[in-house]
Amino acid sequence: MAEEDKIILLEHVSKRYDGKTVLDDINLYIRKGEFVTLLGPSGCGKTTTLRLIAGFLQPDEGRILLDGKDIAGVPPYERPLNTVFQRYALFPHLDVYDNIAFGLKLKKMPEDEIDRKVRRVLKMVAMTDYESRAVESLSGGQQQRVAIARAIVNEPKVLLLDEPLAALDRKMREDMQLELKEMHQKLGITFIYVTHDQEEALTLSDTVVVMSEGRIQQIGTPRDIYNEPVNSFVADFIGQSNILNGTMLEDKRVNFIGHDFDCVDKGFGENVPVDVVVRPEDIYIKKNTEGEQFTGTVTSCIFKGMVYDMLVQTAEGFELEVQDYNGFAVGSTVGMHIHPGDIQVMKKERVRNTFEGEVVSPVSVRFLGEEWDIPETDIAPGTPVEVDVEFGAVDLMDERKDGNTEGQVYFILYKGDRYHLTVKTASGELLYADTQDIWDKDDMVGIKILPEDIKLRVK
Amino acid sequence: MRIKRSTWAIPYGIFLALFVALPLVLIALYAFQDRTGAFTLQNFAKFFNTPEDLHTFIYSIEIALLNTVICLLLGYPAAWILANSELNRSSVTVILFILPMWINMLIRTLATVALFDFLRMPLGEGALIFGMVYNFLPFMIYPIYNTLNKMDGSYAEAAQDLGASPAEVFTKVTLPLSMPGVLSGLLMVFMPTISTFAVAELLTLNKVKLFGTTIQENINNGMWNYGAALALIMLAIIGITSAFTDSDSKRADETGGLI
Repeated sequence: MAEEDKIILLEHVSKRYDGKTVLDDINLYIRKGEFVTLLGPSGCGKTTTLRLIAGFLQPDEGRILLDGKDIAGVPPYERPLNTVFQRYALFPHLDVYDNIAFGLKLKKMPEDEIDRKVRRVLKMVAMTDYESRAVESLSGGQQQRVAIARAIVNEPKVLLLDEPLAALDRKMREDMQLELKEMHQKLGITFIYVTHDQEEALTLSDTVVVMSEGRIQQIGTPRDIYNEPVNSFVADFIGQSNILNGTMLEDKRVNFIGHDFDCVDKGFGENVPVDVVVRPEDIYIKKNTEGEQFTGTVTSCIFKGMVYDMLVQTAEGFELEVQDYNGFAVGSTVGMHIHPGDIQVMKKERVRNTFEGEVVSPVSVRFLGEEWDIPETDIAPGTPVEVDVEFGAVDLMDERKDGNTEGQVYFILYKGDRYHLTVKTASGELLYADTQDIWDKDDMVGIKILPEDIKLRVK
Repeated sequence: MRIKRSTWAIPYGIFLALFVALPLVLIALYAFQDRTGAFTLQNFAKFFNTPEDLHTFIYSIEIALLNTVICLLLGYPAAWILANSELNRSSVTVILFILPMWINMLIRTLATVALFDFLRMPLGEGALIFGMVYNFLPFMIYPIYNTLNKMDGSYAEAAQDLGASPAEVFTKVTLPLSMPGVLSGLLMVFMPTISTFAVAELLTLNKVKLFGTTIQENINNGMWNYGAALALIMLAIIGITSAFTDSDSKRADETGGLI
């Protein structure tokens, strides 16, 4: 791809607030005319990225290029970009017409030209008869249209949209999505769109950038992101999915839920632990159990309008989510199979917890900001060590004081037969735990690890 | 027996009737009566035929306007600085500006007199304006500060985004959106300054006479009917001022004006 096609380029951009890193080494380019969505849960850094591009924030590290030029010192009012704000930010002291004409008047454009342009965008957003209305008298959807009109009338090189549809109801949101997409095609302007709604991202975008924890997790077309998620976070965040622990036996052969399956992935090595993602609609479910890959019992069946959403307990004790046009009665035995192409194998990001620590005495080690008892060791006190703890060895307690330290449940992943929890500890580090118990996000937990489960490695 | 909710309003109703409504009615009655109690417009005619009183009245309004304008010119930038989180990071500075409002006006004025004595500066018209601005400045700052402080920062951002330089953001967005606070402030300063008299007496050694003093002198000298007429004229001026700004009071409520 030619360099000049990249209208916006972010190079190693980092941003910190009060010592907390909200964006960590972001590298991203956006092509001219592209519809790019920054997608992620709240606090993932997507809005910060947008504000950096708009110029309301300055990056602590890295640079942002617009048309190949560094725009570090350029104030927001000199950037050829316009923003549609989340809560619209329409000027309450101006009517619809003057709100839209605001940017053009600042450019000292002749009155008749302003008038022509304003009328054209009013028509475009279907608000022709509203020009002299006070903005406060408009409905949410109408305010949204005015906000979009106010931005596009300036013919920006890039239009930034910060969750513009978040405040609208579902029906209105879906209509506006279609209109936005149409508008994008008609105008040929580059759109950068921020949302936490994965459906919206998949519907609208040419390219989706999935973000989490201030980092880019995956960049790809909606189809790529959905069908080939690179890690369990993306798989879980985009659409529904069964995320399961598996073992790559050899190329194109994987074991999970107690069965061996053919798949299309290769290059992982032999007998390597992996994460396996299977979308609910990719599990074929039949009344007939003969000749199927595995069997199970339906434990729940909910009609979702187009499909039935079912939970199936397999004979081996794994729970899978299955979608099918036919519903099966709760309690009925079913046979299932999965096509090789529908099995998405991902490298495990980690197979156990590893912490930085330091031996304190022959029977204790310090990590996660606390001292932990260990079986007697001959590593000299004061030696820095790496501490390994298996996911299953972490005990989470209801009472915070029952644990050696405490933490807050940050992210929950169901793996068919267990929950894989990400816990933010009191020391600010992340701890991963496998458990059968049900926790909610943001629950405060005590953390306990038995001495014999703490393994030390001298660095 | 159940006490109706409206029953609780009775004590306040009595209070208002006795100390607000009744005095107003009395002023109106006295203003339209002569010493014998007969109806007359003579009191108003006397006002327009007494050049000294008429002059004091116009002079008072001039002083009040001047004071209001100075308060606005000093108060708006102060409020803007206070509300700007980059320039002012602590609420202590706000308290410091508001603090004079907690002290009795007479005490503040006596302190001003002492200050002028100490600095060997003459008392007179200059001291009067200084004292008035000093007394009323917080009443200008506070409503403006409130409006600016509660203003959604995204308006300024949106203006910048649309190409407005910081100066244009101020003139085209911040200033118009802070008008409810400005109107509140103007009212809070202008209305009480018209009727000031003690401040004028103390700070000018009775050399400068304001309309409040004229009213007080007449009442003290037993000219109740004429004094009441003068008070009514002043009330009319205040009423006209507040009616002038009333149309914006709804907005002021929403955006944090003081009244």
